[in-house]
Amino acid sequence: MLTRKDFLKSGAALTAAATMAGGAPARAATKKKFTLAWTIYVGWMPWPWAAEKGLVKKWADKYGIEIDVVEVNDYSTSINQYTAGAFDALTITNMDTLAVPAVGGVDSTSIITGDYSNGNDAVILKNKTKFEDIKGQNVNIVQYSVSQYLLDRGLQMHGMTERDIKIVNTSDADMAAAFLTPDVTAVVTWNPIVEQIDADAGAHNVFNSSAIPGEILDLVIVNTKTLEANPDFAKALCGIWYETLGIMLADTPEAKAAQTEMGKLSGTDYAGFVSQLKTTHLFSDPAGAAEFTKGSQLIATMDHVRQFLFAWGMMGQGATSPDVVGIEFPGGHILGDAKNVTFRFNADYMAMAAAKTL
Amino acid sequence: MRLINRHPGKRGARLLAVVPFVALAVLYLTASAVRYAANPDDKLLPGIAQMAAAMNLMAFTQDMATGDYLMLTDTLSSLQRLIEGLAISVGISFVIGIAVGMVPYLRKLFVPFIAAFSMVPPLAILPILFIIAGIGETAKVTLIVIGTAPFMIRDLIMRVEEMPKAQLIKAQTLGASSWQMALRVVVPQMLPRLIDSLRLSLGPAWIYLISAEAIAAQDGLGYRIFLVRRYFAMNIIIPYVIWITLLAFLFDVALRLVQRYAFPWFAGAKTQ
Repeated sequence: MLTRKDFLKSGAALTAAATMAGGAPARAATKKKFTLAWTIYVGWMPWPWAAEKGLVKKWADKYGIEIDVVEVNDYSTSINQYTAGAFDALTITNMDTLAVPAVGGVDSTSIITGDYSNGNDAVILKNKTKFEDIKGQNVNIVQYSVSQYLLDRGLQMHGMTERDIKIVNTSDADMAAAFLTPDVTAVVTWNPIVEQIDADAGAHNVFNSSAIPGEILDLVIVNTKTLEANPDFAKALCGIWYETLGIMLADTPEAKAAQTEMGKLSGTDYAGFVSQLKTTHLFSDPAGAAEFTKGSQLIATMDHVRQFLFAWGMMGQGATSPDVVGIEFPGGHILGDAKNVTFRFNADYMAMAAAKTL
Repeated sequence: MRLINRHPGKRGARLLAVVPFVALAVLYLTASAVRYAANPDDKLLPGIAQMAAAMNLMAFTQDMATGDYLMLTDTLSSLQRLIEGLAISVGISFVIGIAVGMVPYLRKLFVPFIAAFSMVPPLAILPILFIIAGIGETAKVTLIVIGTAPFMIRDLIMRVEEMPKAQLIKAQTLGASSWQMALRVVVPQMLPRLIDSLRLSLGPAWIYLISAEAIAAQDGLGYRIFLVRRYFAMNIIIPYVIWITLLAFLFDVALRLVQRYAFPWFAGAKTQ
C-alpha cells in the first residue's frame, strides 16, 4: 500500500534525479563538443552522409574535438534554434542569415560558401507560359523566404512590383497539394517541390534562380564567438566538406553510390538527386569557392538582399535604413553599420582547404 | 483540521489565484532581462518594452501597404472562421447526437463509424481536404468542423444515453410519440449539455484554426504567428498568444454565463 512516507520519498527521489539530469551538462570551460544542424536540401545532403560514413568523426578526431551533426525537421525552426543558441553551426542561406541571426544580434560567420541555387527556386504558373502573366494573380508562396526574394527579383526584371500581384502565404509542406486545387494558379517554391509541380501538365516554369546566378547562396555559418575561440571546429568542418564533395562528385562508382545514398536520405532516389544537383551550382573546388566569396558580386548580392529585407520590414523593428546591421566581406569591406557587424563572410578556411593545409 | 477541509477566505482565494500568474511573469521577465543583458538584440525572450512597441505597430498603427490595423483584421478573420466552424459543428452534432442517441437502429448504424472517424487525425489527411474544399476559407472552416464535430457528437450521444430511462417511459405512458419525446424531453435537457461540450471543444477549435491558417492564408491570428516566426519575431508572437488565450477565455466565460442564465435549473441537476 502506498503510504504518505513512500509517496514523499519517491517524490524526493524524482526531484533529485531531475536536478541531476538537468545540472549535469554544465558548460565545460574549454569547449570540445560542437553541433552542426542541417535540414533536408540537395546542397546540404553531404553532411548527414559524411556523418554516416565516419568522415565527420575522422576530421573531428584529427582536431581533438567532437562534432554532432543533427537533423532538424523544419528549416525555420533550425534557424530559430541556432539564433537562440542551441547549435554552434548551421546550414542556411545568405538571406536568412541576415534576416534572423544577424538582425537578432547573434554574430555569425560564414565559413563555407557551399553552392548557389541555379534553378532550384522557381516561379511556376498554371496554364500560362510567360512571367508577365503573373500580373493580377494570387501567388502562393512561403512569405519572407528566398522564394519571395526570387519573385521580387523577377518582378523587378519585368518592370513590375509586388503591388501587381497578391501574395498568399502557404506552407512549403502543402505547396504541391495546393497546386492541384483549381484556385491555385501561381506558386513560387523550391526543390524538390519544384520538380514535383513541374511534372504536372499545365505547369510552366516561367522564372527561376538560374536567371539570378550566385544570389541565393547556401552557406555553413558558425557562431562568431565560438569560431574565434575554436578555429579548429571550422577547420574540421571545411575538411569534412571538401573531402565529401571530392568523393561524391568524382566519376567513380563510389560517387554514384554516395549520391544514391544522399538521395535516399533526402527522400528521393539517385535520379531525383541527380536532377536536383543539376539545378544546384556546387562550388566543388575550395579555391573557386574562396574566390567567389572574395569577389565583388557577393557584395552586390548582399546589397540586393538587405534592400529587399528592409523593404519588407525584416531588418528589425524601428530600423530606419538597411544600414542598421553590418555585413563584413573578406578583405575588410563592410556594408552597413561598421560598429554593429553581425554577419561575416570568411574565405580563410576555404583557402586553407584549397592549399591543403587543413 | 484535515487539509481537504481547510478553506481560504475570500481575499485569500483571490490572492492565491493571482500567485501562479505573477510567478510566471516574474520568471519570464528575469529570464528576459538576463538574455537582454547578454545580447541587446535578443529575439527569443523580448522584454515588455519590445512587445509594447510591436503591439503599437500591429494594433494601433495603420499598415503602410493596406491601410488596415493588422491585429484587428487578423482577429476579425480568425473569429469569423472560428465561429462559422463551431456553429456548423454545433448544428451537426445537435441533430446527429440526439437522433443517434435516441434511435437504436441509428445507434447500431453510426456509433462504431463515428467512434472510428473521430480517431482520424485531420491534419494527416490535409491533401484530400484541399481537393474537396480548396485551400480558401471553406477549407479552414471544414478543418475546424472535422476537428471538433466528432467529439461533440459522441459526447451528446453519451449524454442522451445517460438520461434516466424512467423519463422516457413516463412520457410514453402519457402517450408521447418519438418525435414529441425528442422535442419535449430530450432536447431541453441536451441544450445546456451541448454548451458544456462546446466549451470543451474551444481548445481544439483554436488549434485547428491556427493550423489551418498556417497552411495557406492572407490574414488571421495564426497566419501572423506563422509568418513572423520566419524571422523569429517573438515580440509579436508572445502578445498574439496572450491575446488568443484571452479571447478563448472570454468565449468560455460567455458560454458559462449563457448556460447559467438560460438554463438556471441545470446547475442543480448536475450536482444530483
